[in-house]
Amino acid sequence: MGEMDDVVKEFLVESYENLDRLDSELLELESHPQTREMLSSIFRTIHSIKGACGFLGFSRLESLTHAGENLLSLLRDGKLGVDGQITTALLELVDAVRQMLTTIETNGAEGDEEFEALKAQLKSLQGGASGAAGAKPAAPTAPTAPTANAPANASASETTSAQTSAAPAAAPSEPVPQAATPAAQPVAREATSASAAPSAAPSPERAKPAAAAAPGAGVAENSIRVDVGQLDKLMNLVGELVLARNQVLQLASHSSDNAFVATTQRLNLITTELQESVMKTRMQPIMTVWGKLPRVVRDMSAALGKSIRVEMEGKETELDKTILEAIKDPLTHIVRNSCDHGIEPPALRAERGKPAEGTLTLRAFHEGGQVILEIEDDGGGIDVERVKRKAVANGLITQEQASRMTEREACSLIFAAGLSTAQNVTNISGRGVGMDVVKSNIEKIGGQVDITNRFEHGLTLRIKIPLTLAIIPALMVMAGEERFAIPQVSLVELVRLEGEARRNAIRSIEGALVYRLRGRLLPLVHLDRELGLPPLDVADDEAIHIVILQTDGRQFGLVVHRICDTEEIVVKPLTKWLKSVPVFAGATIMGDGRVALILDVLGLAQRARLLGDAQERTSYVAEGETLRAGSETKRLLLFQVGEDLRMAAPLEEAARLEEFRLRDIEASGDQRVVQYRDEILPLLPLAQAFGRKSSLDQTTRDSVHAVVVRVGDRNYALVVERILDIVEQELKLDPRSRRGLITGTGVVQSKVTDMIDVAAVVRRLDPASHSMAPLADEVSV
Amino acid sequence: MSSDTAGVETRRTQQFCTFLLDRSTFGVEVDNVQEVIREQDMTPVPLAPDVIRGLINLRGQIVTAIDLRRRLGRPPFPAGAKPMNVVVRCDDGAVSLLVDEIGDVVEVESSSLERPPENLEGESRRLIRGVIQRENNLLLVLDIDRTLEAAN
Repeated sequence: MGEMDDVVKEFLVESYENLDRLDSELLELESHPQTREMLSSIFRTIHSIKGACGFLGFSRLESLTHAGENLLSLLRDGKLGVDGQITTALLELVDAVRQMLTTIETNGAEGDEEFEALKAQLKSLQGGASGAAGAKPAAPTAPTAPTANAPANASASETTSAQTSAAPAAAPSEPVPQAATPAAQPVAREATSASAAPSAAPSPERAKPAAAAAPGAGVAENSIRVDVGQLDKLMNLVGELVLARNQVLQLASHSSDNAFVATTQRLNLITTELQESVMKTRMQPIMTVWGKLPRVVRDMSAALGKSIRVEMEGKETELDKTILEAIKDPLTHIVRNSCDHGIEPPALRAERGKPAEGTLTLRAFHEGGQVILEIEDDGGGIDVERVKRKAVANGLITQEQASRMTEREACSLIFAAGLSTAQNVTNISGRGVGMDVVKSNIEKIGGQVDITNRFEHGLTLRIKIPLTLAIIPALMVMAGEERFAIPQVSLVELVRLEGEARRNAIRSIEGALVYRLRGRLLPLVHLDRELGLPPLDVADDEAIHIVILQTDGRQFGLVVHRICDTEEIVVKPLTKWLKSVPVFAGATIMGDGRVALILDVLGLAQRARLLGDAQERTSYVAEGETLRAGSETKRLLLFQVGEDLRMAAPLEEAARLEEFRLRDIEASGDQRVVQYRDEILPLLPLAQAFGRKSSLDQTTRDSVHAVVVRVGDRNYALVVERILDIVEQELKLDPRSRRGLITGTGVVQSKVTDMIDVAAVVRRLDPASHSMAPLADEVSV
Repeated sequence: MSSDTAGVETRRTQQFCTFLLDRSTFGVEVDNVQEVIREQDMTPVPLAPDVIRGLINLRGQIVTAIDLRRRLGRPPFPAGAKPMNVVVRCDDGAVSLLVDEIGDVVEVESSSLERPPENLEGESRRLIRGVIQRENNLLLVLDIDRTLEAAN
């Protein structure tokens, strides 16, 4: 009984940590019952404890947490409101779980306590909080009664403090160092237990590592134990050295002293080598994390009646300890997911002509300064249609969005919170918790997740993670006078646009700029404007620099004034004063000694509000892209005329999209005109041609939107209500719909849209154009 | 209460690092002050709260500089002013307070610290812990913890 393997120990340490957090979260939840986020977090904690119990064989604890989870899942989905009673019950659950963990820690088994009363209480609360309010008040105290170490009338918080203090007492040497640096666990634990062993009275499981160390003395001669804290310190110092090196290099680049330059070169090489060596001391093979997965798979497949084989490639691939720690849980979750709803039951596999035994392949390898982890199964893959239906049913997306989604976008829905594709809620998974956590945990350490779906043939999850977190490669850019660092992981490509190319590739839709990159429309964000910096005057024909960035599965272009070098930078956190500024991920010190801010690409995209409606915008783009293959596609400019008319014109006929301020509009004869690029540009109210009220006559607005077109040898501004979009798609015009100024009517973005005859409209609205435009124009368009 | 501890040895004194800000003399306990440095090259932080003037590199440590004039609701630094940095220690490292000019370190009896006058207004009222009467001026003692509280 006294024997306890590492998995159990780890589980205990982690669960204690989580429980401590739960106490405060639950209390906060009580005061702010509306915070769904908090509920999700509480739910996850209980869920992961339950999950771990499952494969560690603590069935009592599992059934208790399961009861709690059921209640929490109702709360999270908003089917039940949080009230005092529920909070009390949940706090009692936390206490009960903590008590059981203490029992496990001291005895190696979970004891005989069943907590039936508490389970019943949790269950009855599911029936509706308002239900039998009168009967309840007595109940909350009842469950605590059997727990011996709390008097029946103790308040929940008293119980909590009694038990937290009990836990450290039972484990004198453990909690402190581990709580402080979770990453430091194994080494620190061994070190403390070894030193504790001779002095304190050792509990059986703690005596074990110390004893085990003795026979291994031969190995010990070639290796020493080092505290991870010491390594962290070393790493920080190396970070400082890298900065100093960068500064010296910069000085040397202006120096004509050859000896100095040569010495600098050596310093440079040595620093790089030192940096690598120190990083290596923190490296551990991925196997330390993979090690426990086969057991997870075996237990799961036994429980599910499946047969699954685990294959591993690249076990020796090394990663920074902090990163290993961070990916452990996400990885376990993905594997459990694959076993549960990836790989099919044997019968279905036979039907699909696959071997009865499923295969789960884990791969790890280095690629371009990053580590790639792949988790591949030969299961059923993702049924995209089902995912979409589910997402619509859960209100995550609208039917319309669903119909526009590409397969890839639909696949990434599995990372959305609150979506579970498992048909049944089983004990193992299927509550819609997890994949969102997986993704956010991986992104927290600068990683990315990618899905390759082969429906009915399998699924590959590809995780890209950096080798280390302390020193990262970054691209330096300038906005105005200021320098900013962009982490290279978010970088897709750099674009420089000049003259004609610039005019053609950049368009404005409703004031929002978009850039056309190989048939895709990317939203453009000006770094200076977004950060509220004084804008620099950039002449129209000057080159502009666009950094194409990717975050959260979306791409956008960041317009900067200058692109400098890429550099290895040492990431330093910002103080609490700046936590409220989400567009910065940290700061770093540059070679010249000045501080530069590191951009948080996700935060920046959110600030520019790209992620919300971008979903629609990119799906238009995707639509355009898939259709580009056909020769019938046309680029259309969509705009609104009057209150109700949705119209389109071929984009190539629009020279520019402009917005004119009403006070700049002047009169000439019976026409309204603006001075525009050294000419007088007539404003033609498109609405007037279709019997609608023109936006030119609305005194409530400051400006009007216009499409500048060229007919004959003159430019005209067609005034529209607003510009809607630019789309690339095949337009089937019903020939019967041709009439007057309209060449036809079709459906664009599932809405009826009239295609206008630009030349005819101009002739109608500007009689003078007859004399100028050759009559031949009248025939076609 | 000073009558109880009349002896010279037992008389308790405190040292304050003083500085000028908008014609007033302020002081912070010497123990809180890490160092005082000249005007530094500053990297502004766009979108940051007004009181944040920027970030400075203090021998490899990144230090946030707080515009103390703004923090105390005083008129802004005149154009071209070269504020001094009073670097104070805090939980997450160090923070620099930008002030007009540095004064002396003064030693005063703890008992001479009086409550701030009732007619102080606005943020000053919260941030000034006490007042010390001196021969030719008043020394306003800053509550450093409150001053460094991140404004929401």
